[in-house]
Amino acid sequence: MILLVLLAIPLIGCVALAAFGARRFAPELNAGFSALTFAAACVLTARVIAGGSMLVAHEQFFVDPFNVFLIALTAFVGMTTALFSRPYMRVEEHHGRVNRRRLRLYHSMYQLFCFTMLTALAANNLGILWVAMEAATLSTVLLVSLYRTAASIEAAWKYFILCGVGIAQALFGTILLYFAAEKVLGGAGSTALLWTHLDAVKGQLEPRVLGLAFVFLLVGYGTKVGLAPLHNWLPDAHAEGPTPISAVLSGLLLNVALYAIVRCKVLVDGATHTPLAGRLMMGFGLLSVVLAAFFLWRQRDIKRLFGYSSIEHMGIITFAFGMGGPIANFAALLHMTVHSLTKSAIFFAVGHAAQTAGTQVMDDIRGLLVASPTIGWGLMIGTVAILGLPPFGVFTSEFLVLITAMRDHPWATPILLLALAVAFGAIFSRVQAMVFGDTTMKPLPHSPALLPVFAHLLLVLMLGIYIPPALAEWYKLAARLIG
Amino acid sequence: MPAPALTTQLLNLGAALLLLSSFAMLSQRRILSLVNLFALQGVLLTVSTAIVAYSSGATHLYASAALSLLLKVIALPWILHRLIARLDVRWDTETQLNIPTTMLIGIVVVVFAFALAQPIAQLSQAVTRSTLGIALAVVLLSFLMMITRRKAVAQVIGFLAMENGLFFAAISATYGMPMVVELGVGLDVLVGMLILGVFFFQIREQFDSLDLHNLERLRED
Repeated sequence: MILLVLLAIPLIGCVALAAFGARRFAPELNAGFSALTFAAACVLTARVIAGGSMLVAHEQFFVDPFNVFLIALTAFVGMTTALFSRPYMRVEEHHGRVNRRRLRLYHSMYQLFCFTMLTALAANNLGILWVAMEAATLSTVLLVSLYRTAASIEAAWKYFILCGVGIAQALFGTILLYFAAEKVLGGAGSTALLWTHLDAVKGQLEPRVLGLAFVFLLVGYGTKVGLAPLHNWLPDAHAEGPTPISAVLSGLLLNVALYAIVRCKVLVDGATHTPLAGRLMMGFGLLSVVLAAFFLWRQRDIKRLFGYSSIEHMGIITFAFGMGGPIANFAALLHMTVHSLTKSAIFFAVGHAAQTAGTQVMDDIRGLLVASPTIGWGLMIGTVAILGLPPFGVFTSEFLVLITAMRDHPWATPILLLALAVAFGAIFSRVQAMVFGDTTMKPLPHSPALLPVFAHLLLVLMLGIYIPPALAEWYKLAARLIG
Repeated sequence: MPAPALTTQLLNLGAALLLLSSFAMLSQRRILSLVNLFALQGVLLTVSTAIVAYSSGATHLYASAALSLLLKVIALPWILHRLIARLDVRWDTETQLNIPTTMLIGIVVVVFAFALAQPIAQLSQAVTRSTLGIALAVVLLSFLMMITRRKAVAQVIGFLAMENGLFFAAISATYGMPMVVELGVGLDVLVGMLILGVFFFQIREQFDSLDLHNLERLRED
């Protein structure tokens, strides 16, 4: 029941904001709906911790330790991003980049996006998962082109076509999965797409069909994760859309798409009894890490820079899930959490930094620390955290990934280390130049929302020093669940 | 269940025509004809679905057939026609490659699709198993069309044709997906089309043309 409430809140929010999204209080309304969603997610999480997994609505939706953790994370980042977008969009309106009608679209689609993300995570039916992922593209595509500039329209078109074609492959993979499952679970479409049922019989599914299905699913959802070489849309969409959207794309959408792949991997592993699925994921992951690290050096636009950084981190997580096993899965789940938190915090700081400087070109942003110490420090600390320096949580998860790689796949460790070092050099030198030094920049017309930035970074810091036992237990449970 | 020979033959005929319509779209230069071909493909899909529903006794497929009739024969072509009229883009669509080369690549793609579908088709007990290769070929040919077209409208028709192929694959392999999924997919396609409609106007407002060559400025330098 609480799950249905959780899904209903953003949907009602979408309708309400479509009606009132142009009013003065719309940003507060948006934040309010997101806060309610988060509250519902907290209740749901408490229920699952106390009472275990649950199935609702004729088994079409389900929650287990693996997805409840992502639901809570998604609702949390959804809420903080709504808080951040309140002053951010006010400044954009002040600068004349958006008008009231666009703001209505923005707020309404923001809630719809949250709804699709939560639906995708909670869906037991793999078909509904697909529908929700496609709906997520549809709800964000108009947001990416919100400013209606030539570059933003191009970015949105690329995003739409690439992800649309990609996700069509995922649909074919889902059809193949259904085809294999129907033989075991019986036709008429009653249960053959329900993940819980598939999981119970995964050993009997036809391995050849599932192997083929996984290739399509990985390529399809992988496009949305931004795995190289299908990452082309990602830096453009991140750079040209409004910053809150960059934050939720990096912090939520990529995670959810990866979640879909991992769910499918569990089934495929059970059927094929070969490391095929894992190896494919490791290959794609490693390629993404290396490619992104080298592309980082060529960036001039700050949001593109961190877009590429997202590709790199998704590569690390995919690689870790590909290796499998309790430690690597634990590390991957932890990395998903800390990457979401850190990357959205960075985008918050970057958004305000770009607004203060009036440009996204890194060479023209100087002396943030003088112009606005909180933005400067937020960006600096966030960067240090995302680069994997101790004591932040990213260090912990990357360390775990590296030692697992050293144990199981020693050849991959130097490649990963090299890529991490290259990325470190590229990002650190740029951000350092932006944060320190003199400046002539003027402060913003509305006071920026930096509470979300420091709240996220504090959580990441905490996860680096001390993971609460309850949370660690939860990660372990989820890691076991996905093998 | 051995299916009556006549329905099987009709179905194979429908599949062959579907493949043919894909090739026709691949070679068609005029956007209006492209939309008409897309509508024709929708008709073929509807008829094929109905035949499968009749021969297999899977009654929920009649609903699927009705859905494709509504969506792919009536709604989407109607929207496309209106868009084309309002955008006034009836002119020929240029292709990146010349037509004969595209057709040759298309043939290679079909062979590849059949090779890929072969092991799966062998496992299927459905009366439709021989058509799975064709479904995959339609998907890949639409993909090829998207790659070789420069105009936004043509690319979108390729996208929608790909959806047709996927739908046909679902029917060939498994007598269709569960209804709730089919409805969801249909809704996504319809909403996607409406959003693309908005996009066409944005693109034209910005670039004064629907030529996608204008959309190649964002690249790594």
